[in-house]
Amino acid sequence: MIPAAFDYHRPADLAGAVRLLAEHGDEALVVAGGHSLIPMMKLRMAQPGHLVDLRAIESLRGVRVEGGTVTIGAMTTQAEVIASGPLVDACPILREAALQIADPQIRNLGTVGGNAANGDPGNDLPAVMLALDARYTLEGAGGRREVAAREYYEGAFATAREDGEILTAIRFEAPPAGHGCAYEKQKRKVGDYATAAAAVILARSGGTCTHASIALTNLADRPLLAAEAGAALAGTAAGEAEIAAACAAAQAIAEPVSDGRGSAAFRTRLTGVIVRRAIERALATAA
Amino acid sequence: MSEQAAATTEERIEKLQGLGCARKRVEDARFTQGKGNYVDDIKLPGMVFGDFVRSPYGHARIEGIDKDAALAVPGVLAVLTAEDLKPLNLHYMPTLAGDVQAVLADEKVLFQGQEVAFVIAEDRYAAADGVELVEVEYEALPALTDANRSMDEDAPVLREDIADKTEGAHGARRHPNHIFTWEAGDRAAAEQALASAEVVAEELVVYQRVHPCPLETCGCVASMDKVNGKLTIWGTFQAPHAVRTVASLITNIPEHNIRIVSPDIGGGFGNKVGVYPGYICAAVASIVLGRPVKWIEDRMENLSATAFARDYHMSGKIAATRDGRITGLRCHVLADHGAFDACADPSKFPAGFFNICTGSYDIPSAHVEVDGVYTNKAPGGVAYRCSFRVTEASYFIERMVDVLARKLDMDPAELRRRNLIAKDRFPYTSALGWEYDSGDYHAALDKALAAVDYPALRAGQKAGREAFERGETRTLTGIGVAFFTEIVGAGPVKNCDILGLGMFDSCEIRIHPTGSAIARLGTISQGQGHATTFAQILASEIGIPADRITVEEGDTDTAPYGLGTYGSRSTPVAGAATAMAGRKIRAKAQMIAAYLLEVHEDDLEWDADRFQVKGNPERVKTMAEIAFAAYNQAIPGIEPGLEAVSYYDPPNMTYPFGAYVCVVDVDVDTGVTDVRRFYALDDCGTRINPMIIEGQVHGGLTEALAIAMGQEIAYDETGNVYGGSLLDFFLPTAVETPTWETDFTTTPSPHHPIGAKGVGESPNVGGVSAFSNAVNDAFAHLGLTHAQMPHDHWRVWETAERLGLHG
Repeated sequence: MIPAAFDYHRPADLAGAVRLLAEHGDEALVVAGGHSLIPMMKLRMAQPGHLVDLRAIESLRGVRVEGGTVTIGAMTTQAEVIASGPLVDACPILREAALQIADPQIRNLGTVGGNAANGDPGNDLPAVMLALDARYTLEGAGGRREVAAREYYEGAFATAREDGEILTAIRFEAPPAGHGCAYEKQKRKVGDYATAAAAVILARSGGTCTHASIALTNLADRPLLAAEAGAALAGTAAGEAEIAAACAAAQAIAEPVSDGRGSAAFRTRLTGVIVRRAIERALATAA
Repeated sequence: MSEQAAATTEERIEKLQGLGCARKRVEDARFTQGKGNYVDDIKLPGMVFGDFVRSPYGHARIEGIDKDAALAVPGVLAVLTAEDLKPLNLHYMPTLAGDVQAVLADEKVLFQGQEVAFVIAEDRYAAADGVELVEVEYEALPALTDANRSMDEDAPVLREDIADKTEGAHGARRHPNHIFTWEAGDRAAAEQALASAEVVAEELVVYQRVHPCPLETCGCVASMDKVNGKLTIWGTFQAPHAVRTVASLITNIPEHNIRIVSPDIGGGFGNKVGVYPGYICAAVASIVLGRPVKWIEDRMENLSATAFARDYHMSGKIAATRDGRITGLRCHVLADHGAFDACADPSKFPAGFFNICTGSYDIPSAHVEVDGVYTNKAPGGVAYRCSFRVTEASYFIERMVDVLARKLDMDPAELRRRNLIAKDRFPYTSALGWEYDSGDYHAALDKALAAVDYPALRAGQKAGREAFERGETRTLTGIGVAFFTEIVGAGPVKNCDILGLGMFDSCEIRIHPTGSAIARLGTISQGQGHATTFAQILASEIGIPADRITVEEGDTDTAPYGLGTYGSRSTPVAGAATAMAGRKIRAKAQMIAAYLLEVHEDDLEWDADRFQVKGNPERVKTMAEIAFAAYNQAIPGIEPGLEAVSYYDPPNMTYPFGAYVCVVDVDVDTGVTDVRRFYALDDCGTRINPMIIEGQVHGGLTEALAIAMGQEIAYDETGNVYGGSLLDFFLPTAVETPTWETDFTTTPSPHHPIGAKGVGESPNVGGVSAFSNAVNDAFAHLGLTHAQMPHDHWRVWETAERLGLHG
């Protein structure tokens, strides 16, 4: 549990961080809250020669809600998200999901950007970002670009982010007022990754479900957008038959591994149960 | 007359804060301020650090070890391997169970995580860098991780070092992977009872491999003083004197030149009873380098390489009449001891006190047989918050009684009531040979069932099951009733020893001239609160306020010899020694008081904190006055000073007991089990400190929850260990821990000086059964007789799946 030697950098601005990454190439890794990277370093599964700490870069912090657009700086902590009134009003699922990440001590340091960026399939926020259809801002020596969260995750710890790029912000259109949402997570204990988890965001108008997006956490080597599951609800009355179809569609794309949380068969079957509970709760909260 | 003297006896007793007082723990001031002094807080001038190279394989031959790259790391001072220890004959060490264990792997590795080389460096970072660069060449061998296959004819031979030994420490070995066979009871009588029984229930009850997982891992600082030849080891030792004696025997360093110190210890739970390779390597390294050497294991090392607990596969048969009178019991245990037999049991008891497995019931005939075998797993088999193999025994009988209840279609509480040992049968001799000291089991069960309104719980369960049938709910309620009898306080020297060391314990008291005192004991607290409770015992015995009594343990240079703290033995044994030493003090004090008051000793009577002349309460001498006189007044015929020591060899074990009820709600679709209610009634005899008892019960129940609902150290077929980190190994937080309701009855031990029996481990012994009985009970109406632990979400869901509850 002792990391290999590394050089520690704490640049004061984004340009400095980008410069350090350009200079050290794949020898350098960015650290935000550190809750994924530091344990990997202690296990020597990650041995960066240079660690670039983003915590002094003020421009990466903070939440803005302007019109219907929400922008979250990558270094905003999970605790700050939970406490952010305007954000919680516009998009309550973020608070609900963030509250299910580990424990308060970890959420005081853990960041939204770190949770979203590194591609750990166990992280909770990526599925929420898929459901929200968020866009990630990546900045590197080559400039700035945006990638849709739905295009970002490629596999376990494999993402569309290039070496030398930093995820700096997350932006999305807030779901319509009166939408319903739920982040349903089953875990063994506080601090655990999900045995199965699902994010559901939906909207209703009259008796019709006008919009539904559903995404899954820790049920494959990457977060999964359950597009068919959402489509099964959208444009319907979201009655029992449609909910059952949505659950079946979500369960059909789950590819969990067998691990200490249970067999793949259990976790697959649990997917349907968790998605159902998330849908029912989201429907109950929708105006 | 002074104001103090005007106080009534009751007021003065209250001021003493003696027996029965919910006195606040004196230890907590330093712990809550972060001012404890644990092993890793010890920093000595010139201290260096050791770290292990460990085996990635479960079973492999070591083809070669290349130290060169590691030795080239700046700061690395030395790399030890078995080859370096052989000339000192320290490459193997004796275990507490009469086996030997490799200190550093000798030609073969036998479990994943086994110690292969020890790197010593100027700091922890250099040591860890060195560990990574030691190149070990392995040839993988087939691993044996299923104890059921250990004695197969074609099973790989694990222990080549003893392969040709047909005689082990506990009798004949009939296979190279066989350690011992141990039995108790009357086989023929038990067989006869089963053969002639009206009803026989049968079950395989597996108690999975778990780990005590103390918050502080194991470690030590060894320091050889080359000037005076004295070796001092500060370490996480539950039995410092035993460590000193064993260290002397294996190193040939005279015992007076070894000092073992247990500083503050952050939980032990049995994990810190044994001797680990790290202690030997640190000591050898200190002797070689002439510098203090610190070794502290990390969490993964602790979970995957130091002593595990349980791993008992128990096949049982229980016989009864149709109206529920138990007539016989048989049990065969396949005991998986891992790669070395490093159990920490009294030497004559290779399966510990497993023969307490007739439990709290009057069972006329019984027989148990235990086969211990080797596997490619970490060694251990310690008593994790229980007396030796007692949770295994208790879990076995409590599951068997429930299985029998299903078969008889009888309420499990009622079946227990019909078979509990009656109050007038104590002292009761069990069919497996123990003499239970005292008990009032029916009173305890009745009180427990009344407290939870058991009939109402069953009625609610029935209504819930009907609602489930109608499709109105997906939750099933389970009610677990468990009764337990512990056997603690090892133990009488005539049959309890560890490696020949008798299991008495000790207390030495010095009264200071101004009426305060220090008491030193052979035990060592790891969180039990000895500094608080032993002072209370003494306060009641000698009339000095507990706040004015220092309790000191853990330093073999100053503490009297004792066998340490585990198996709930501190109160039954050292607590008795404390009371007895206190009585010696009081006897001398009485002689002094008689002189001072110019009366005959027999004319004095004790009154809380003083002697008074019978019939004349104005004529008194307080203990403070007596203490001052003892040192400062020439008293004819009496030596100056006021000190006493007692070595207490208990005449019998003590037998705490209790009745627990657990109510769970099981979500059959997710396997999530919610503990709605847990009621624990404990009878630990005389209660020294009710608040500490309650804390002990809370802690023990939380560990019972952990074991029953999630803990497991599992291995795959190639010997990879799972559960070796806190990501997977279930250590409950406050969030997962339900509310505990505690209650008690008081049945003093007739043979203990103050009637106390010990309590620290009872809740773990009784708790595991109560949780498991509750989860099993939730599905009982659907035909389930027994599902194995742990009852985690996945396993509970699988039970529901097998029973067809998912449509």
